[in-house]
Amino acid sequence: MITCLADTLYPDVGRATVTLLERLGHEVVFPRGQTCCGQMHVNTGYQRDALPLVRHSVAVFGGADVVVAPSGSCVGSVRHQHAAVARRFGDHGLAREAEEVASRTYELSELLVDVLGVSDVGAYYPHRVTYHPTCHSLRVLQVGDKPLRLLREVRGLELVELPAAEACCGFGGTFAVKNSATSTAMLADKMHNVLSSQAEVCTAGDSSCLMHIGGGLSRLRAGVQAVHLAEILASTQQAGRMADPQQARA
Amino acid sequence: MSTVHLGMPGPPAPRGVGHLRGTETFPVAAGRALGDTQLRRNIANATATIRDKRLRVVAELPDWEQLRDAGRALKAQTMARLPELLVQLEEQVVTRGGNVHWARDAVEANAIVTRLVQATGADEVVKVKSMATQEIGLNEALAQAGIAAWETDLAELIVQLGHDAPSHILVPAIHRNRAEIREIFLREMPDVDPALTDEPRAVAMAARRHLRAKFLSARVAISGANFGVAETGTLGVVESEGNGRMCLTLPQTLITVMGIEKLVPTWQDLEVFLQLLPRSSTGERMNPYTSTWSGVTPGDGPQELHLVLLDNGRTRVLADEHGREALHCIRCSACLNVCPVYERTGGHAYGSVYPGPIGAVLSPQLTGVEDNASLPYASTLCGACYDACPVKIDIPSMLVHLRNEQTEEQRTSSRIPTAEALGMAAASWAMKDPQRYRAAQRTSRLGRLLARGGDGEQRRITRLPGLLSGWTTSRDLPVPPARTFRDWWLAERGGDT
Repeated sequence: MITCLADTLYPDVGRATVTLLERLGHEVVFPRGQTCCGQMHVNTGYQRDALPLVRHSVAVFGGADVVVAPSGSCVGSVRHQHAAVARRFGDHGLAREAEEVASRTYELSELLVDVLGVSDVGAYYPHRVTYHPTCHSLRVLQVGDKPLRLLREVRGLELVELPAAEACCGFGGTFAVKNSATSTAMLADKMHNVLSSQAEVCTAGDSSCLMHIGGGLSRLRAGVQAVHLAEILASTQQAGRMADPQQARA
Repeated sequence: MSTVHLGMPGPPAPRGVGHLRGTETFPVAAGRALGDTQLRRNIANATATIRDKRLRVVAELPDWEQLRDAGRALKAQTMARLPELLVQLEEQVVTRGGNVHWARDAVEANAIVTRLVQATGADEVVKVKSMATQEIGLNEALAQAGIAAWETDLAELIVQLGHDAPSHILVPAIHRNRAEIREIFLREMPDVDPALTDEPRAVAMAARRHLRAKFLSARVAISGANFGVAETGTLGVVESEGNGRMCLTLPQTLITVMGIEKLVPTWQDLEVFLQLLPRSSTGERMNPYTSTWSGVTPGDGPQELHLVLLDNGRTRVLADEHGREALHCIRCSACLNVCPVYERTGGHAYGSVYPGPIGAVLSPQLTGVEDNASLPYASTLCGACYDACPVKIDIPSMLVHLRNEQTEEQRTSSRIPTAEALGMAAASWAMKDPQRYRAAQRTSRLGRLLARGGDGEQRRITRLPGLLSGWTTSRDLPVPPARTFRDWWLAERGGDT
């Protein structure tokens, strides 16, 4: 599951996830019918509009052995919202199917550490990095220190602690727009902590939160990059950092 | 007085009385609060201190999670049996010499209390800190009848003297620092020593002198209740200062206003809540004063006891299977102290006496979501409140539920859909079909036209129109890439699956 955000705005995150899993010897399939899990609709109050997206998502991923997404919040939605949305509209058959798909759906660090049992994925990334645990990976999925265990094994990577790491960055989906001022106040504190960590790169397991933190850092020309965990784990001494050669020309 | 039908949901809390509705939306009020440097420093300091204390004392208990589960189970059980338990409470209070009054809403509760005070001939009352009486605007109602209500909780006193509103459930003057408190006392306290300093002890002693006179003269006290025990008819107040104890023991008449959800079935159940509450609220192992009273004891304490049972929208909340958990709240305020939104905006931005995450789910349910439409959105759904809640109220899921209620309410009450509703419907239409989704992705690539930068600088989007302009006030957006992930997959991997 690429997630609609990464598909549209951060294709390198999807490419990195594919590269990483194939390097570890797994077959990756991309069901082309996939679109969006419906999380934005549910969290903004439009469950009626989310229902067809839930139905579509369950149908698309129903056949896979294991579903992986480079996003804590999208997996959180699959696991904790899909069946509930179906039940709200009385579709108990869909709710059961959604639960079945959810039981085979993992966030990337969960898949690597829990299912595949690896923490050293053979990555090389010679940068000073700090890790922001996104709220949904931390508190909804409870991934704990899995992303940190993966990062600690990356060659060349210097991991530095993020002060007040568990505080929300202020994204919150449409919260960032509806409550823009409060969101910005939260982001200011997050950026302050990222900068005080002296890291060159802030990483996390969600492109959405990284879009927020990275968008703030970019506005300030802070010189710190927001990079998804998958991109770090996919980097090797041979290949360097992943980038779509076509993007460079564009 | 009207009849209260147990088991039938009542109306929402009425408009025009009490303090459950703000005059502005949350984003507007929050925007102003965010600009108040002093307020932000006061609240950030205070919440950080209580947060750390709570974490320390909670970590001491090896069975904390089991206690939370027990608290949650007890509350769920109580709500399932609320009608019979309320009747049992009434019987027990009456058997022990008390009187019970049923109030359907704030208007009725205020009228009952006013009438009871008038019957004693008193023109002033002392008050124990109470959320229920703040909720119904009792002080204002009493003032209209010529009865002065003196708040005796130190923080409530600061709020009252400052002609201010509480901004926190437990620490109502959390938005004030000691320098501001000293100024309020110097300005508003009639008999204050003009040489008062802002030393905490000096300020507390000034309040003590001021309040002592009230305790000794008042013939009527008004309290809320943290708990009402159905089995024994016992009412209970948990506090730190002992000022509540003064009110509960010295006056001749005691009137207690209690929300109907404050019940616990048995005396033994207090074992769970008296462990959960102090650790979650003040970060203390045990609170300094726990007062309990069961009816009237001849020759000891108040000789006339009235219990006013308050609905004010609660039975309506109880009727909603997705929302009723909000009634489990024991008013500890742990969720406020861990909330990153509350920490920055303070409590006044919520417009209701119940601020923070629990307020964002409770206030709209008590009033009807149309009257507090912006509150369910005053959260990033970060989940810190759920983790901290001593009775495990799933506040994030309830916020999501209430957002849905809000859009449904809007959809049915207005024939013209909002721009947001149209956008959401369009997005749903586009995204339930892969072909349409790809077409939408191609359209989003038009965003490349909005990109700024050049001359070697990284290209970015710095300004967006309409609803999305809220993003670009403080954040850039990346330029949509030339090809999406799926374009890359199709080009590189071809047409499998």
